[in-house]
Amino acid sequence: MKGSATPNRKDLLTIGDLETDEILQILDAAIPFKDLFKRSVKKVPTLRGKTVLNLFYEPSTRTRSSFEIAAKRLSADVINFSVSTSSVVKGESILDTIDTLQSMQVDYMIVRHSVSGVPEYIARHTPASVLNAGDGHHAHPTQALLDAFTFREVFPEMAGKKIVVAGDILHSRVARSVFEIMHKLGVQVAAFGPATLVPRTIPDHVTILDSFDAVLEFNPDVLYLLRLQLERQKANFFPSMREYHARYGVTTERFATLKDRGTWIMHPGPVNRGVELVDDVMTYERTLINTQVENGIAARMAVLYHLTPQVKARGLEVEGTS
Amino acid sequence: MQENVLYTPDEVTAAITRLTEEIFLHYKDRPLALVGIQTRGVVLADRLNASLTQKGLHPEAGILDISLYRDDLSNMAALPKIMGSEIPFEVEGASIILCDDVLYTGRTIRAAMNVLLDYGRPERIELAVLADRGHRELPIAPTYCGFTASTEKSDYLRVHFEETDQMDQVVHYSGEAKS
Repeated sequence: MKGSATPNRKDLLTIGDLETDEILQILDAAIPFKDLFKRSVKKVPTLRGKTVLNLFYEPSTRTRSSFEIAAKRLSADVINFSVSTSSVVKGESILDTIDTLQSMQVDYMIVRHSVSGVPEYIARHTPASVLNAGDGHHAHPTQALLDAFTFREVFPEMAGKKIVVAGDILHSRVARSVFEIMHKLGVQVAAFGPATLVPRTIPDHVTILDSFDAVLEFNPDVLYLLRLQLERQKANFFPSMREYHARYGVTTERFATLKDRGTWIMHPGPVNRGVELVDDVMTYERTLINTQVENGIAARMAVLYHLTPQVKARGLEVEGTS
Repeated sequence: MQENVLYTPDEVTAAITRLTEEIFLHYKDRPLALVGIQTRGVVLADRLNASLTQKGLHPEAGILDISLYRDDLSNMAALPKIMGSEIPFEVEGASIILCDDVLYTGRTIRAAMNVLLDYGRPERIELAVLADRGHRELPIAPTYCGFTASTEKSDYLRVHFEETDQMDQVVHYSGEAKS
């Protein structure tokens, strides 16, 4: 079947760049990709001969592995290029790196950087497709896509459903991207966290909740817990882990209420047990944390597939076909 | 562009009956799976399945989507929408008949065989098509074939089915390229 209207998109930098239709196209494509995981051979030859470069300026095990598995299941060759976090990376040296890598005929660059905007900057300077794997506090679009995919598996009709994103909103690129995608898909979004960690610049469509009671009153279908980045505590954004847990975490008591209501739990991982949530949540049948990890591979395969025609359009191919 | 109906609804029905007979002769005593290639191959597989069931066989049924196995993906302006494959039976050791509406270059069939082999090692794969229009680019031949049509490479041959196109017929388009 030909003829689906795929926009000529080179890069995936933020959810904001995507129209709702395009988001749905990617989410639809992720379904058959997930079906492949049931086969004895989980690999398809779609990106055979293409090269995917993981360019991570920030440490990451989960996202990097997820992209690596996604690319490998599409038969692409994967190069992992990790850059030490301690080295001071200036704009000029980034471009030098890109130049070097370009001469290796890379088709896709998966970029993570602690500074917002770096993937976009790289995208402007390379003909390769750039996928933002998290930049500063700015965006993490593939995380948002896999979260939307997971949400949609539970609630095929997303419009009108409710989600609360809880935790350190201020420093979270995940929160930003999740707000955007959920809003575009018609989900009602609320944010909950310490006042010091909820930015004033939060989008208008996000309801701000100031207590766990308010969360329960909002009565979300999904409670999305953000990972508390422990280094934030040193900067005095909140008094202590124990107090964070008591005021903003899923305690045993709150878990009992959520369980009664059948609220679904999501978390981008890795989890700090006893901080964002108590242990029991991990074995709760409506905890989607492991599903999110599995879906991450399918969603990233769908994104790589989605950007495929661009690879040819830019004349990056070296093989003598056509 | 000239449009010419090569085969009428009755002739399509008769061809499917012939295919059914041939397949029945081979498979009356052994298990069989019919796998249709998206989209119109699935219709052909369904029809064959229905008529073989009437004759007392109980073929397994499957659907193949070859999008991810195409050899021309990066030459396409728009990506094919992935519909997904459904192979609900054990491929290992099975006898499978791939079904498609039109056989042309053979590249679709090459891709379909690769998809099947990633599910397991079948005992054999055969091929049933409603129409063979020639111009093969790979060493592939149909095991069961409804019609043979002689065409130019610049022509189009379209199989229409009631389920997808309101009416059964085989149409040949020739002459000036479609504008």
